[in-house]
Amino acid sequence: MTGQINVSTGAEHTAVLGLGSYRPRRVVTNAEILEQIDSSDEWIQTRSGIKERRWASEDETILMMSTNAAKEALADSGIDPAQIGCVVVATVTHLYQTPAIATQLAVAVGAPTAAAFDISAACAGFCYGVSLASDMVRAGSAKYVLVIGVERLSDITDRTDRGTAFIFADGAGAAVIGPSDEPGIGPVVWGSDGTQHHVISQKESWQEAAGSYQWPHLTMDGNPVFRWASFEMAKTAQQALDVAGVKAEDLDLFIPHQANMRITDAMRRTLKLPEQIKVARDIERQGNTSAASIPLAISTMRENGEAKSGDLALIIGFGAGLVFAAQVIRLP
Amino acid sequence: MASTEEIRSNLAEIVNEIAGIPVEDVQLDKSFTDDLDVDSLSMVEVVVAAEEKFSVKIPDDEVKNLKTVGDAVAFIERAQNG
Repeated sequence: MTGQINVSTGAEHTAVLGLGSYRPRRVVTNAEILEQIDSSDEWIQTRSGIKERRWASEDETILMMSTNAAKEALADSGIDPAQIGCVVVATVTHLYQTPAIATQLAVAVGAPTAAAFDISAACAGFCYGVSLASDMVRAGSAKYVLVIGVERLSDITDRTDRGTAFIFADGAGAAVIGPSDEPGIGPVVWGSDGTQHHVISQKESWQEAAGSYQWPHLTMDGNPVFRWASFEMAKTAQQALDVAGVKAEDLDLFIPHQANMRITDAMRRTLKLPEQIKVARDIERQGNTSAASIPLAISTMRENGEAKSGDLALIIGFGAGLVFAAQVIRLP
Repeated sequence: MASTEEIRSNLAEIVNEIAGIPVEDVQLDKSFTDDLDVDSLSMVEVVVAAEEKFSVKIPDDEVKNLKTVGDAVAFIERAQNG
């Protein structure tokens, strides 16, 4: 055994260098949702906090929304797209089993030869992607990585199911991850619980659906999900603070996946976050956009002045799998 | 072992903290949904807090049977004695 294999070396620290988002044009009110379900505006608002959401039109494809969000993130970061070494797209609504949408996105943003792949981590997808990207930059597999969370959940929503029709929505968010002089992304706390795979799930496989006229919609058993998200995920969020060495009082922002306002409120109560920490409440206007919800929420908070450059944010994604991931990041 | 009144009073504090219902309204004959306006999601929170407070396990299947404050207090008493 004489040959020696070189190993790559990367950056000591990483950070989110730029962020971007895309919100579909069409606003769908609760009144429109109520045309197909037996419920009320008051019930929807008290159970979820959702006042309206956005659903993509035909031309607002996964690729189109991703490209817009990615270009905005690249511009925000000031990084030349040709420097992007890998493109990671988190989505569960790119309705092709193969190829990944990430390769077309790489071409569309000007990184045509970058490594590119999709990940299936549902509502935890963005946080999973940030973790992978940060590790790639630290290991030297890529200097800069583009992470996208994008969904057209309206495509797989059963619009007649009063338990889920009002929740799911569409959009895209993007982040550029790269080297940094100071630590900008804390250690990830992540995991899964496959024993609860059935509580949020596509109803049947594409193969089963192919023989019928039944489109395989997303189903969700609300109460067990609420319990898991509100309490178990609060513990995960606390662990993310602990491993980052950040005290709750030093946080500026708490940006959980926008699953349901009631989950956000319960997590906040369980975590006992100090009053002054600003909490993302983007679900009110965006609904639950799964992998896109965290970067969309950050965009909203930056636009309305709640979030500013240098802020410390606790982000946590959780969803179908069940899967979860949380980390502390510093905003660009 | 905690008395019925102690359990009711502790449970009332939990319901107050989660749903903002005045503690004096949380009486044994009151229905969580009809009288106290505790919806299914708040009920999940109440159950989790009660499990912690009283060191008992309240299975998901059991929660739908806990219609009144008295039902919940009785379940907790039985679970503590069992």
